[in-house]
Amino acid sequence: MTATAALALSLLIPSVGAVLIALTGRHPNLRETVTLTTAVLLFADVVWLLSMATGGGPAPALMIGEIMPGLSLALKIEPLGMMFGMIASGLWMVNSIYSIGYMRANSEHKQTRFYVCFAIAIASAIGVAFAANMFTLFIFYEVLTISTYPLVAHKETPEARQGGRTYLGVLIGTSIGLQLVAIIWTWVATGTLDFTKGGIISGKVAEALVPVLLALYVFGIGKAALMPFHRWLPAAMVAPTPVSALLHAVAVVKAGVFTVMKVMIYIFGIDFLAATGASTWLIWVAAATLLAASIIAMTKDNLKARLAYSTVSQLAYVTLGGALATSMGVLGGSMHIAMHAMGKITLFFCAGAIYTVTHKTEISDMDGLGRLMPFTYGAFLIGALSVIGLPPMGGSWSKWYLMLGAADAGQLVIIGVLMLSSLLNVAYLLPIVGRGFFATPPDAAGHGVPQAQAVGAAAAPGRFLSGIREAPVFCVVPLCLTAAGCFVLFIYGDALYRLLEPMVGR
Amino acid sequence: MIAAHLPILQVVVPLIAAPLSVFCRRGSTAWALTFGVSIAALAISMALLGQVLDRGTLSYELGDWAAPWGIEYRVDAANALVLLIISGISTVVLPYARVSIAHEIEPHNQTLFYTCYLLCLTGLLGMVITGDAFNAFVFLEISSLSTYVLVAMGAKRDRRALTAAYTYLVMGTIGATFFVIGVGLLYMMTGTLNMADLAERIPAIGANRTLVVAFAFIVTGLGLKLALFPMHLWLPNAYAFAPSAVTVFLAATATKAAVYLLLRFLFTIFGTTFPTFEPTLTYLLLPLAVIAMFAASTVAIFQVDIKRMLAYSSIAQLGYMVLGMSFATVTGLTSTILHLFNHALMKGALFMALGAVVMRFGDATIDTMRGLGRVMPWTMAAFVAGGLSLIGMPLTVGFISKWYLVAAALESGLWPIAVLVVASSLLAVIYIWRVVEAAYFDDPPEGVTAGEAPPALLIPTWTLIGANIYFGIDASLTTRVAGEAARVLLGTAS
Amino acid sequence: MGVDDILGLFNYWMVIVLMMIGLYTVVSRGNLVKKIVGLNIFQTSVFLLYISMGKVTGGTAPILTGKPEVYSNPLPHVLILTAIVVGVATTALGLALVVRIKNAYDTIEEDEIQAADDEKEFGDAAAAEDGRR
Repeated sequence: MTATAALALSLLIPSVGAVLIALTGRHPNLRETVTLTTAVLLFADVVWLLSMATGGGPAPALMIGEIMPGLSLALKIEPLGMMFGMIASGLWMVNSIYSIGYMRANSEHKQTRFYVCFAIAIASAIGVAFAANMFTLFIFYEVLTISTYPLVAHKETPEARQGGRTYLGVLIGTSIGLQLVAIIWTWVATGTLDFTKGGIISGKVAEALVPVLLALYVFGIGKAALMPFHRWLPAAMVAPTPVSALLHAVAVVKAGVFTVMKVMIYIFGIDFLAATGASTWLIWVAAATLLAASIIAMTKDNLKARLAYSTVSQLAYVTLGGALATSMGVLGGSMHIAMHAMGKITLFFCAGAIYTVTHKTEISDMDGLGRLMPFTYGAFLIGALSVIGLPPMGGSWSKWYLMLGAADAGQLVIIGVLMLSSLLNVAYLLPIVGRGFFATPPDAAGHGVPQAQAVGAAAAPGRFLSGIREAPVFCVVPLCLTAAGCFVLFIYGDALYRLLEPMVGR
Repeated sequence: MIAAHLPILQVVVPLIAAPLSVFCRRGSTAWALTFGVSIAALAISMALLGQVLDRGTLSYELGDWAAPWGIEYRVDAANALVLLIISGISTVVLPYARVSIAHEIEPHNQTLFYTCYLLCLTGLLGMVITGDAFNAFVFLEISSLSTYVLVAMGAKRDRRALTAAYTYLVMGTIGATFFVIGVGLLYMMTGTLNMADLAERIPAIGANRTLVVAFAFIVTGLGLKLALFPMHLWLPNAYAFAPSAVTVFLAATATKAAVYLLLRFLFTIFGTTFPTFEPTLTYLLLPLAVIAMFAASTVAIFQVDIKRMLAYSSIAQLGYMVLGMSFATVTGLTSTILHLFNHALMKGALFMALGAVVMRFGDATIDTMRGLGRVMPWTMAAFVAGGLSLIGMPLTVGFISKWYLVAAALESGLWPIAVLVVASSLLAVIYIWRVVEAAYFDDPPEGVTAGEAPPALLIPTWTLIGANIYFGIDASLTTRVAGEAARVLLGTAS
Repeated sequence: MGVDDILGLFNYWMVIVLMMIGLYTVVSRGNLVKKIVGLNIFQTSVFLLYISMGKVTGGTAPILTGKPEVYSNPLPHVLILTAIVVGVATTALGLALVVRIKNAYDTIEEDEIQAADDEKEFGDAAAAEDGRR
C-alpha cells in the first residue's frame, strides 16, 4: 500500500508543483521556494521508493486506469527505471538551484512558464522511468516532448523558433512516424505491451522482421539521437543553459536511451536478440554515430554545440551497450546513463556559468578564463574526465563494462572503436580546460587577438584579471555538487551495479 | 410506454419544433425552443443507446405498418452512436450559437436560422435512424436543403458564402440524385426499400448488372455527400464562409451522417459478399482515402484562412474514416466509427475556437492569429489542445483513433498503409504548428488589446476540449460501442 | 444489341439522354440560372426512371375492386411525388440563392463572380503583405 502511494506521489508531487508554480507566478521568491520544495519532496519520495524496491518483496506497482481495452496506464518499479528515476529527480533538485541563479543573473523573461514546463517535464520523465508497459511509456514520452518545446523555444528569437521547430519536428516525426507503428505492431502481434523480463516478441514476429521492428523502435525513439535523427539535439541548444543541462544531458536524452534499453531488455529480450542476431546491425550504426559525432564535436567552436555533439556520441554508447545483447553490455550501457548524466550536466552547468559571467559562447574566446573561474573550470575538468572515462570518475565503470560486453559478444572491433572514441573525447574536451588555465588571456598578451573576440564580451576583459570572478553562488554550488557526484559514482559504482544486476539476472 | 416510441420521437420532436419556431417573434425565443429540443433529442439518443446496449437492435414500425411494407426505424449500436454524436454536438453548439449567431446574422433572420437548424437536425437524425432506403433519401435532402440555407447565412460576413452555398447546392443535389437513382435500381431488382429486407434479397439475386450499377450510383452519391476526395470541392468554401456555429455543427455531424449511410449500404445492405464489394474497397476507396489524407493535408498547409485550413483537414480526416472501412475488418470499422465520434469532438472544438476569433476580429487568417496567445489566451489554449488531438497526441481522442487505424492496417497486413497513416498525420503537425507559432511567438499587431471571448463561447469550447481529453484517457466506453457497432455492421455480432 | 434492346428499353434510353443533357448543362454553363435548369432536367430524368419502372403493361390504376386485376405498382409513383417536392424545393432555393448572388455581385455569370472574388482575395492578400512590411 505504501509503495503504491509512493509511486502515485512521484507523479503527483511534480504535477501539483507545476500548478502551484503557475499560481505563485507573481511572487518570484515564493515561486522558487515552491520549485525547490517540490524538487526536494520528489527526490525524498524516489529515495523512499528505492529503499522499498531494494528491500525485497514484490516490486511496487500502481494501476492508474485502462485507456483502451487491454491497454492501461500503469506504473511499476524495476531496476533500470529506479536508476533513471533517481537521476532525474536528484539532478532536478540540483538543477533547480542552478536555474534560479542562472535565470535571475541573465534576467530571462517568462520565468513562470519556464518553471511550470520544467516541473511538467520532470513529472513526465518520472512517468517514463516507472512505466509498467510500453503504452504508458509512450504517453509520457510524448508529454515530455510537448512540455519541453516551450523550454527549447524559450527565447522566442527566430533562431530559437527554428531550433524549436527542428526539435519538435524530429522528435514528433520519429515518435509518431516510427515508434508508434512499432508499438502498435508489437501490440497486434503479441497482444500485450507489458514490460516482461525476457521479452515478449520471441516467437510472435517472423524472425526476418525482427530487425525491422527493432529499427522502427530505435530510430523511432528520436530522443536517443541515433544518427541520422540527431539533428534536434544541437538545435535544442538555443535553449537557456539550465534547460540544456537538465533536459539535454539528463531528462530528455536519457529518456530516449532509457527507452531503447527498456525495449531491448523487456520487449525483445536480450537473449532473444543475441540468439537471432537481430541487433547486430545496430552495433555498427551506434558505433558509426559514436565516432562521427565525436569528430563533429571537435570541429565545433561553440561550447554548447560541442557538448551537444558529445552527448550524441555518448548516447550512442548506451545504444551500443544494448545492441551488444550481452549482460555486461547492457549493464555497462545502463550504468552509462547515470555516469554520463552526472558528467554532462556538470559540463553544461559550467558552460552556463561561463556565459553568465562573460557572455561568451565560443571556445576560442575563452582563453585564460580558468584562472578567473577556478571552481567552474575545476568542475569542468572533473566532468570531462568522467565523460572520457578516466578513473577516479564514474564514467570509467560504464566504459569498462561496455568493453567487457563487447568482448563477450566477440566484437573486438568495437573495443577498438571504444578506445578510439575515448581518445577523441580527450581531444575535444580537455583543450577547453587547457585553454582556460594555460592560454594567455587575449588582452594581457596584447597581441594575437582574433577578431571574433573584439565583440560580444559583456565587460572589458581587463577587469577580469583582478582576481576570481565566479558566477553567482546559486550557479557555482550546483556544479561543484555534480562534479563531486562524478567522484561519488566512482566509489559507489559497485552499488549501482548491484542495483541493476537483477535486470539481466537469470 | 414512451420508451417504446423513442425512435420516432427522436425525429419527430425536432420536426414539429421547426415550424413552431417560425412563430417565435424573437431570435432568443427560437433559440430557447431549439435548445430545449436539442436537449430532448440528446436525452432520447442516450436512452436509445442504453436500450441498444442492453437489448440489442430495436425496430420501430411507423404507423404500425409492418416492415417491409411500412417504413421501419431500426436502431443498432452503429446508428445509436451516430445519433448520440449528432444530438450531443447540437446540444453543445447551441449555447455557443446563441451569442455567435446573434453577432453574425441579422436580427430578423435569426428566427428563421433556428428553423433551418431544426430542420437540419431532423434530417440528420432521420437519415441515420431510418431503416428505409428511400426514407433515408428524403431525410438526406431535408438536411441538405436546410444546410444550404444555413451556409448562405454567412453572407453578412462574407458574400462568398452565397456562392459557396450555391456550389454546395448543385453538388449536393447531384450527389443526392445519384443516391436516389441507386435506390431506384435496387427497388427495381428487389421490390423492397427496407434495408434489412434488401440485405436479405440482394445476396439471393447475386451478381447482376443492375445491382452493380445501383452500387456504383450509391457509392458515388454518398461519396459526394461525405466529401470523399476528389468529390470534396464543395466542402472547403462551405465550411469557411458559413456562420461559425454552422461550421462547427456541419463539420462535426453532416459528413458523419453520410459516412454512416455509406457504411450501412456497403456493409449491411450489399454486404461483404457482393461481387463489387471487395474491388471497390481495395481499388477505389482505399487509394482515394490515402490520396485524400495526403493531398488535403498538403493543401491545408498552404491555406491563409485558418477556417479553410481546418476544412481541408476535415477532408483528410474523412480519408481516415474511409480508409478504416476499406479494410472491412472489425478493427478497421471500429477505427472508422471511433473516428466519427472523435473527429466530431476535435473538429468541433477547433472550429469553436476559431469562431471566437472570427467574432472578435471578423476573420481568422493566419495574420489575425498573430500574438493571439496573449490576446485570447483561453481561446488559443483550446485551439492548441484541439490541435494536439488532431495530430494524435496521447491522452487525447485523436490518439485513440490513430491507434485503432494503424492497428487495423497492420492486422490486415497492410504495413505500408500504416506507415502512410502516421506519415500523413505528421502533415497535421505542420499545419497546426504554423498557427501555434503565429499565436504564441509573434507579437500582436499594434492596437490589439487583450480581450477574451465571452464565456458563452468559451464554455462550449472547453466542454468539447474536456471531452477530447476525457475520452482520450478513458476510451473504454467509446471503444466498446464502436466495436459493437463494427460487429453489427459486419454481421458478426453475438 | 437488337431492336428489342433499343425499343424495348425505350424509357431507359430517354432517361439516360435526359440525364446526360442535364448533367452536361450543369457542368458546361457558366450562367447560374442555366445550371439550375440543367439540374432540373437531371432530376426529371430520375423521376421518369421511377415512374416508368412502376408501369406494368396493360395494368390499370391500383384500385382494388375485389376482382383480380393487373395494376401498376403505385409505390414508385408515390415515392417520386416526394422526390418532385424535393426537386421543387431545391429549384426554389437555388433560384433564391441566385437572386442573392445577383444582389451581392451584380452578375450571375460564374467566371465574373470568380474574377470578383479573386480580385478581392488577392487584393486583400496584397494589402496584408503590405501591412506585414
